[in-house]
Amino acid sequence: MRALPYLLRGLLLALLMTFLLVPQTMEPLLRPLAQSNAPVIYNQGSLLSLTVQHLLTVLAATSAATVVAVSLAILVSRPAGAEFLPLSRSLVNIGQTFPPVAVLALAVPVVGFGEKPTLIALFLYGLLPIFESTLTSLTTLPRAVVEAARGTGMTGAQRLLQIELPLALPVILSGIRLSVVISLATATIGSTVAARTLGEVIIAGLQSNNLAFVVQGGLIVGALAVLIYDGLSALERLTVARS
Amino acid sequence: MVSSNIDKLGALIVAMVAYAASSPFATLRSNRIVQGEGFGIPSALPAWMAGLLLTVIALASLVALLRREAIPRLVSAAAVMVALFAFIGEAAAFLTPADNTYARVAPATGFWLLLFTFALLAADGISRMRPGPVMRLLYLVTAMAIIAAILLSGLWADLSVMKEYAVRADVFWSEASRHLVLALGSLAAAVAVGVPLGIVCERVPATRAAVLNTLNIVQTIPSIALFGILIAPLGWVAAHVPGAYALGIRGIGATPAFVALFLYSLLPMVANTVAGLAGVPRESREAARGIGMTSAQRLLRVEFPLALPVILTGIRIVLVQNIGLATIAALIGGGGFGTFVFQGLGQTATDLVLLGALPTVGLAFVSAVVLDALIDMNSISPARKDA
Amino acid sequence: MIEIDGITKIYDGKSVVDDVTLTIEPHTVAVIVGTSGSGKTTLLRMVNRLVEPDAGMIRLDGEDNRTIPGYELRRRIGYAIQGHGLFPHRTVAENIATVPRLIGWDKEKTAAKVRELLTLFQLDADLFGPRYPHELSGGEQQRVGVARALAAEPNVLLMDEPFGALDPIIRAKAQDDLLAIQKHFGTTIILVTHDMNEAFHLADKIAVMDAGRLLQFGPPDELVRQPATGFVEAMVGASERPFRLLSMRRVSDLAEPGSADGSPIAATVTQQDALAELMWTGRSAAPVVSSDGEARGRVTLEALLQRARGPK
Repeated sequence: MRALPYLLRGLLLALLMTFLLVPQTMEPLLRPLAQSNAPVIYNQGSLLSLTVQHLLTVLAATSAATVVAVSLAILVSRPAGAEFLPLSRSLVNIGQTFPPVAVLALAVPVVGFGEKPTLIALFLYGLLPIFESTLTSLTTLPRAVVEAARGTGMTGAQRLLQIELPLALPVILSGIRLSVVISLATATIGSTVAARTLGEVIIAGLQSNNLAFVVQGGLIVGALAVLIYDGLSALERLTVARS
Repeated sequence: MVSSNIDKLGALIVAMVAYAASSPFATLRSNRIVQGEGFGIPSALPAWMAGLLLTVIALASLVALLRREAIPRLVSAAAVMVALFAFIGEAAAFLTPADNTYARVAPATGFWLLLFTFALLAADGISRMRPGPVMRLLYLVTAMAIIAAILLSGLWADLSVMKEYAVRADVFWSEASRHLVLALGSLAAAVAVGVPLGIVCERVPATRAAVLNTLNIVQTIPSIALFGILIAPLGWVAAHVPGAYALGIRGIGATPAFVALFLYSLLPMVANTVAGLAGVPRESREAARGIGMTSAQRLLRVEFPLALPVILTGIRIVLVQNIGLATIAALIGGGGFGTFVFQGLGQTATDLVLLGALPTVGLAFVSAVVLDALIDMNSISPARKDA
Repeated sequence: MIEIDGITKIYDGKSVVDDVTLTIEPHTVAVIVGTSGSGKTTLLRMVNRLVEPDAGMIRLDGEDNRTIPGYELRRRIGYAIQGHGLFPHRTVAENIATVPRLIGWDKEKTAAKVRELLTLFQLDADLFGPRYPHELSGGEQQRVGVARALAAEPNVLLMDEPFGALDPIIRAKAQDDLLAIQKHFGTTIILVTHDMNEAFHLADKIAVMDAGRLLQFGPPDELVRQPATGFVEAMVGASERPFRLLSMRRVSDLAEPGSADGSPIAATVTQQDALAELMWTGRSAAPVVSSDGEARGRVTLEALLQRARGPK
């Protein structure tokens, strides 16, 4: 019974890999969705390379967002940055109301079409969940623990590296996970501004009224999101198990 | 306690102002799609206006640097923002060559940066004052009134965004109402279905995992794909179910967009209803049982009111999310502000993109502030005043 | 020796600690009592400079505690707090090894110390060392917290309501253990509490604080017999006074030659317990025996009552 979820995920991964490596195997399943003589499998580029490109875009944006957001959160949670704390909280709250599409659209006039606006939109949009989770976890650590860390004579840097960050890690990871999942879906919209992502497949389907394209693009992104979400959740449980 | 007289945020503000004030304030382009030429504040405005604007900015920067009290900061930030709004309109009038209907003047980097910088200062002032929900709504109404007054006064008539608006005023309002119907309508449907579903999930634990997992998976499907996927079944329904077409159900257009937004909205609604009910203190439930309330009375009079703030938080998440996602509906002919965004991207017409994006951002922001205030009003102890 | 000299701390224009001066002799237990807001915790935290004073000076063995950086000072002074503050992501052994690691002890020395302390606190080192704090009971966590504070063999141990989260039975045991450990290492302890019973049980000297001021600092006996102010008298508790006096001493102090009937009383129990035993069994005297069963004479009701009598 407990093995079932793992089995399902394994199956999902196997299906995804099969589809990406040998797309033709899925043709019979998707056939009914395409019109009689229309292509069933996306034929304007390799699904595998689009997937890799999609993942790389998300990875790059999320990594940059993580570095910046975690550094900023550390800064404003130190005594020296405390003046920025109330402002940071408000900014997070306001910033998260910006729709990702709007960020993407507004980035285009500044940096032009292609990967760049997508990267910028994903980066900006990823900042907030990670900043918020890092800030929340760093400012709500158990008081007795932080106090004890000072009391044992740890320096500020020692407290941060040995106590605060390790304890905040599970919550930081949950922010990263949220950001990755949002980014995976948002990246598809990047294809409306000519970024190479799986959104290309979906948009091609919408334009040629080919449901098979829409479904395969959507399902690949969905499967990626489910698998990555689960992977990061497992990592999170690993870090939280000890505390 | 050693404290310097110079405020750190103030120093940051001054640095940003120094950079922004030397960047182009407005751009002049000979038509709506070509690259433009930037003008700094001194050259974008008549001398006395430029002088006045720079003086206001300098004074406000000094306040930011030397005064820590919230009220002077908020007041000076507000003064600069009003001045920026007023003078960008003047700059447009000043820079547009006479009788040239093709030329476009748009706010440039300097304007946006200055606006952002002083919005930061205002936000800092407000968050330091920790205003209650009513006060926050009051600030919002004031800000909206100022912007509405500027719009109605025609001060911005020469700005490129307003020129884009002028040529499609009718379409703008019909797309705006379409956008609102999509976002609010799907929210209403999600509340009507999600809250009861959440109550069931909370009462019958066996259903909880199944429902939440399914809804979680729905969330992972990218919005444009979900919009697309719904085209086929809805097209079939429109063609084969008697009366469906008459009801306005179509394969493409607003219907799949509405259904997709509804599906995305369900997870936050159900999850927050479950969380809200689960968070009702055991003592309260016990006490309600103890004084002889029936199951329905307990739900309506005790559990639901206590869970309300969390459920409202779900509504806030859904509304803000839907306002953003409704933009994508335009890709499948569903209308809304996205129409302008994607048309603008297609024509590389920045002003048109702004015409779609700015109202979307504004709408999402207003909804967030209003719902945050509502949540605070319904919490027994205002949970996060500092937010 | 810890000399607190004219220490003042001001928050928002209000003195939370107001010109406090007291000297704590080495190898003794000083307990600071007071209601919440009396400034007792702030005073304690100025000793290891978790809080910096606004005026005055604290000398440890004659040396101003501001001559070295705060973190180095804190590595030399043990610190145990209510709710123990164990690091949840580190094992019991790693928690105890915190300060030894900070000051660069080698692995063998640290491991040996961890083992010694666990054993001393009656925790099986092999069993408890690798566990995480959440796997321990409240009493065990508290013991590990004190063990961590003692790991680098500090001369001074500061304790802020260390037993506040424990239930009464475990608390009594923890207090006895602390006294045993204090004897073992000879550590000078400053302990903050609001529990007067705890103060009388542990203290060589008690400091009573109210509204930032030190009202009285002296042996428990003196607080009962000559309370400096009405507040101290109220803290001690008028109806408790005779029992407080009896609770401070052992039966052995009152044992006199002679014999008595009935079951014997151990020489190590408090005089208060002996009085209770005599009253309960309706006797006027009872035999006293040492812990190894040797007869030590007797204790009489009269002697106990004499001892419990206040000033004439």
